Amino acid sequence: MRRTLLATTLLLASQAGAETPVLTVYAGDYFTSEWGPGPKIEEGFEAICACDLQFSTGDLLPRLLLEGERTKADVVIGLTSDVTARARATELFAPHGQDNSALTLPIDWTDDTFLPFNYGHTAFIYNETTMDAPPASFDALLEMEDDVKLVIQDPRTSISGLALVLWVEAVYGETSAEVWEKLAPKILTVTKDWSASYGMFTDGEVDMVLSYTTSPAYHMFAEEDFTKKAAIFPEGHYFMVETVGKIAGTDQPELADAFMAYVLSEDFQQMIPMANWSLPSALPEDQWPEGWAQLPLPEKVLFYSEDEAEARKDQAIETWRRALSQ
Amino acid sequence: MAPRAQPIIGTSGVAAGVFVVAAVLLSFVGLGLRAEVGRGLGPAEWAAIRFTVVQAALSALLSVVVAIPLARALARRRFPGRGVLITLLGAPFILPVIVAVLGLLAVFGRTGWLNTGLGAVGLPTLSIYGLHGVVLAHVFFNLPLATRLLLQGWQSIPAERFRLAAQLNLPPRMIFRTLEWPLLKQVVPGAAALVFVICLTSFAVALTLGGGPRATTIELAIYQAFRFDFDLARASLLSLIQLGLAGGAALVALWVIPNFPLSAGLDRGLRRWDARGGWQAWGDAVVIALGSAFLLLPLFAILLAGLQGLPLMPAVVWKTAGNSLWVALLSICVLLVIALPMAGWISTRRRGSAEAIGLVGLSASPLMIGTGWFILINPIADPVPLALPVTALINALMALPFALRILVPPMRDVLATYDRLSRSLGLQGWAAWRWLVLPRLRAQIGFAAGLTGALSVGDLGVIALFADPDRATLPLQMYRLMGAYRTEAAAGAALLLLAMALSLFWLCDKGGRWHAEA
Repeated sequence: MRRTLLATTLLLASQAGAETPVLTVYAGDYFTSEWGPGPKIEEGFEAICACDLQFSTGDLLPRLLLEGERTKADVVIGLTSDVTARARATELFAPHGQDNSALTLPIDWTDDTFLPFNYGHTAFIYNETTMDAPPASFDALLEMEDDVKLVIQDPRTSISGLALVLWVEAVYGETSAEVWEKLAPKILTVTKDWSASYGMFTDGEVDMVLSYTTSPAYHMFAEEDFTKKAAIFPEGHYFMVETVGKIAGTDQPELADAFMAYVLSEDFQQMIPMANWSLPSALPEDQWPEGWAQLPLPEKVLFYSEDEAEARKDQAIETWRRALSQ
Repeated sequence: MAPRAQPIIGTSGVAAGVFVVAAVLLSFVGLGLRAEVGRGLGPAEWAAIRFTVVQAALSALLSVVVAIPLARALARRRFPGRGVLITLLGAPFILPVIVAVLGLLAVFGRTGWLNTGLGAVGLPTLSIYGLHGVVLAHVFFNLPLATRLLLQGWQSIPAERFRLAAQLNLPPRMIFRTLEWPLLKQVVPGAAALVFVICLTSFAVALTLGGGPRATTIELAIYQAFRFDFDLARASLLSLIQLGLAGGAALVALWVIPNFPLSAGLDRGLRRWDARGGWQAWGDAVVIALGSAFLLLPLFAILLAGLQGLPLMPAVVWKTAGNSLWVALLSICVLLVIALPMAGWISTRRRGSAEAIGLVGLSASPLMIGTGWFILINPIADPVPLALPVTALINALMALPFALRILVPPMRDVLATYDRLSRSLGLQGWAAWRWLVLPRLRAQIGFAAGLTGALSVGDLGVIALFADPDRATLPLQMYRLMGAYRTEAAAGAALLLLAMALSLFWLCDKGGRWHAEA
């Protein structure tokens, strides 16, 4: 991998004459903010590519679907596993060309179109100063007193909300409806997106919030606040991944390939934890930034393949909606 | 002698109206180009439609009912800081949804000030989550608008009338019957229809304060169809249903508004000889205090959180604030070019139903209009550099119904009162605007411009769909901060946004009333 990167770089360096080639990367909206991973990735890649990396942010999938063949993207970064099926169906994407065996994900990844660059798991986050007996399992969560209040996201409008209903489906299957009925009185409310939920949690309005296993890391490393914890359940946690894909019709195929290789490079992977507050997809635990290996993570990871998730999604959301509408 | 032409003719107004309808309809053509036959509407969507109508009707009713005593009290009283209070009371209307929700929860939430207070004195706590919470939040948002529209009405009653009433020593009941009731009949239906339409398009507020999927609105179903299922056909269909509901409500409301002008006085400053003291003064004081507490306490919570966040705000926030200001100023210009001729045209018609046209922009989801235009522009040009102008245009369309509601009633009065005089003077066209209409409507134009600017600053709009990093607006930046765990910095950005929106509003509003007592 390193060698191809070097070769590409040399090739490109020799071509870089009159005009600097531009690699257009579509990214999720959060990506390019100065504290997000975007600026560092741009700096890191431009140092080796003799090119100009330009991010274009927005709502990824709707934009790709609207633009179709006319898309200006060469690479798309930030496609979550719930939209890869739709993205694949556009036939806009080419194989990623990288070796999946370099990945260090807790699940087996065989997709040759979408290449993971970070991951995390759904989890309920609590504040240990206000909650002295957090649930030790999903079952325990269901049996909590009804005055313990949770906030979750709507599976119809939010990816983490969707991950939650798939999580319940993966743990409880047929009995999901009963699970939701048990959870319903504890769910203070449902928000459109993750931000509103998390704001309610940090404001102290709820005891627990649906978020990610990596959320405590932000508080620990950015705020030196060690009171926010993820409740880890032995039943397993739902896996969430973000991927990068190469557009087949790109006019910069070599640059796009070089970027895909760069995604798996140590340079790129090292910046993911602190810039994206998630886990790197291709970096052994002993190379994670200091303190990250101590983050409590689940032993068991649950995940539906793209087709399975697509097949179960509608029914799972409808079960959720019925139970919470009563 | 043949009758001379009316001072204001409708041509440019009709053109503006056609432009508005075309801008919205074309976006649906764009959507139609890309829509495939999806799964249609299921029971979940029908439930959403029912809930949407119920909560919007309740919210509209309650907003207007509460606004009547508040506007009356504010109209009757003069006290130091009244102007500032009226400006501040308008703030909830322009807050970004997420900020307003967190502000409301700080006061009315499970661990909010109200419940902490109730708990401290041993009373049972109240839960805000449910239909009542949705209505409470919508009243919080829309009471300011309803109050301002009513207050404007009150101030349009010529001062001479109140002088005469005081001379005749009319009791309050009679003043209400002879002066205020006819006014309410003219202003209330329009204000209620406007609030109804705004609440029709509510989504995140309704869901969060409604406590879950019970409180699913049409707009949520549109978002879901678009964002998650990418079912443009279903999204467009739902959007059209929303448009139909809003249009129907507007037509009914504008139809029942009686068409008689209040007729002008001598533009004298308003003084109230009635209700000078006693229980009426106390009553007004209580109403103003309660109304202010309800509207200002959540703002105070936002201010407290924001002050802590200001120093944590990254520099890029200021740049996005610049973008937002630019969009807001552009929106104001677009709005005035559309709204003034339209208001002129509507005012010359016997019935005001044409004003319903102004609502199409607000009631067809901005997400759908933005998407439609994206589809149309994309084959011809790169939509990304157009993101800010398109946002400005859509923001102006969103603000149009408010501007018309503000401009049409006084314009009708002006035209009716000065009709004969201007005909005999041959005053028409640009001269009529310059000498007759604009000077008399300065306050209303300022108010409408200020409202548009403020709404535009606070609106996330369609920019989220296709903004490149350099073209982010302040609300978008605020959401980015929130999405990156930076809740405190986001609160700072929210405070900046609030300050900007309010200053813009205050400048326009004040500018309109400069050297004029109103």
